[in-house]
Amino acid sequence: MTTKSEVNVVKGSTRRKSLRITNFFKKLLGNWSGFVGFVIIFLLIIISIFGKQIAPYDPMYTDFTKKLLPPLTEGHLLGTDQLGRDVLSRIIVGARVSVIIGLVTVLVAGTFGTIVGIISGYFRGWIDVVLMRIVDVQLSFPFILLVLVVSAITGTGLRNIIISLAIGGWVIFARVIRSEVLAIREKEFITACVATGVKRSHILFKHILPNLITPIIILGSLQIATYIIAEASISFLGFGVQPPAPAWGNMLSEGKDYIFSSWWLITFPGIAILITALGVNLFGDWLRDTLDPEFVE
Amino acid sequence: MLDFVVKRSLQVIIVVFLALTAVFFLIRLSGDPTALFLPPDTSREQIEEYREILGFNRPLYVQYGEFVGNAIQGDFGQSLRSGESALGLVLARLPATFQLAFSALFISLLISIPLGVLAAYKRNSIFDRIAVAATVVGQAIPSFWLGLLLIYTFAVSFSLLPSSGGGSIVHLILPSVTLATYSIARFTRFTRSTMLDVLRKDYIRTAKASGAPTGSLVLKYALKNSLIPIITLVALDLGTLLGGAVVVEMVFAWPGVGRLLLQSLLNRDFPIVLAGVFIIAFIYSIVNFIADILYAYVNPQIRVK
Repeated sequence: MTTKSEVNVVKGSTRRKSLRITNFFKKLLGNWSGFVGFVIIFLLIIISIFGKQIAPYDPMYTDFTKKLLPPLTEGHLLGTDQLGRDVLSRIIVGARVSVIIGLVTVLVAGTFGTIVGIISGYFRGWIDVVLMRIVDVQLSFPFILLVLVVSAITGTGLRNIIISLAIGGWVIFARVIRSEVLAIREKEFITACVATGVKRSHILFKHILPNLITPIIILGSLQIATYIIAEASISFLGFGVQPPAPAWGNMLSEGKDYIFSSWWLITFPGIAILITALGVNLFGDWLRDTLDPEFVE
Repeated sequence: MLDFVVKRSLQVIIVVFLALTAVFFLIRLSGDPTALFLPPDTSREQIEEYREILGFNRPLYVQYGEFVGNAIQGDFGQSLRSGESALGLVLARLPATFQLAFSALFISLLISIPLGVLAAYKRNSIFDRIAVAATVVGQAIPSFWLGLLLIYTFAVSFSLLPSSGGGSIVHLILPSVTLATYSIARFTRFTRSTMLDVLRKDYIRTAKASGAPTGSLVLKYALKNSLIPIITLVALDLGTLLGGAVVVEMVFAWPGVGRLLLQSLLNRDFPIVLAGVFIIAFIYSIVNFIADILYAYVNPQIRVK
């Protein structure tokens, strides 16, 4: 049997939570660019889940009698490519690659970078020196070039691209999280924990980690667009997602051979990348401004 | 200051060395490149023979030791395809990459600083709003796609400029504008926010109150004090510019280091890859090093640390 006070506690916590969510949407609705970003991300996720059902044609279906049709002809809104495949359908189905790359990479790079950042910032000493030296080495090399070199060596395919991007991306998380941890561990409540003999694991997971969630979310949301553009770039250069699978980067790569005759092949997949990156960035900027305006990347 | 310079120089050497080591082992882990240089019907004995000639049959640590020993003397071996010195090939491409990166830098500074200053000065005006929106879009455009669009517009539709290749100022226009776009967006945004911070300062208010003319207020007092953070950001971004140059070089077939490096990756011509990684890591580190010294020079607090 539950006592009255217990019920009240439970009620209070759920009410606070739902209040927070309505508050979130209220704030979001009040900000034009953040709202636009949110809508773009929402639509993108819907498209990436139901892409095959939404697409008007089979994205892989080739028809040589209908190749290189300009937009708005014979029921092809955005035209067809060199193999007669519907461009719109390929863009819709290709959204999934970008969404998966963006989300999974940020998850992998973010998790790994956060762990390294916490270890480095909390334990300091020689392990901090070693880890930060590795970070320095990696930052001494341009991100996109590192990703290209690694993906050229590990090979193509979605999994390898994510690995390459994560190898290129974790250092930013490590560096930012480390400095956050350094700042938090100097706070009085941590000193109080140490002084009263709270276990180290308890301090790490119950006191430090919760304070890192905001910077992780902000940084993560700002990094997603970088990953999506990087994947498109390496696929464009031939090191990423391979044709005939539809991805925006390799669609542009194939389209560039027809730049003299078919402008639509190099235009629409790029617009898709632009809108995606724009949406993610707008939302990320809004998140930063709302959660922590002082946040520095 | 000298201590700082010595310490940072050592760091450059360590960083370049570790970068080379990482790439060396990554390459070797990806498999034996011998077979790639022989026709598909080569017999097993012949492959073995070539493996011995090329030295790929020895233990990894021996190959690594030899590589380091030679690299210290500036010898990265010969291109597995053309037989020319790998470092020589990379160095020959360096001027083209510098040309591209520096003209992009020049273009972005020329546009972004006046734009940022003006946007900050006319804060919340229509001009400011458009400038801010443009920087948001500019940071989301993939550079390779912008390159394609520029090629289509200026080379295909209007036949005004060449679409690819190098060698003249005309060839430089499209690639450097493409490369500059991201920096223009970033620098404008940064100049604007720095200027806004400075314009809020007390000494600006005092100058304003004492009747300083607007022009000198903005240029002489505010911009002068905003330049330090701007210079730092620009120096730090030079590396990004060099990285971005790789992708842009491929789009425009610009004969720079980046294009050579990517083609060598595709061909698995590893000596060139290693020489290219060496040069890029070295330049990138040196640029960051100079940025740090500049920063330490203008900000004595850093020096003490």
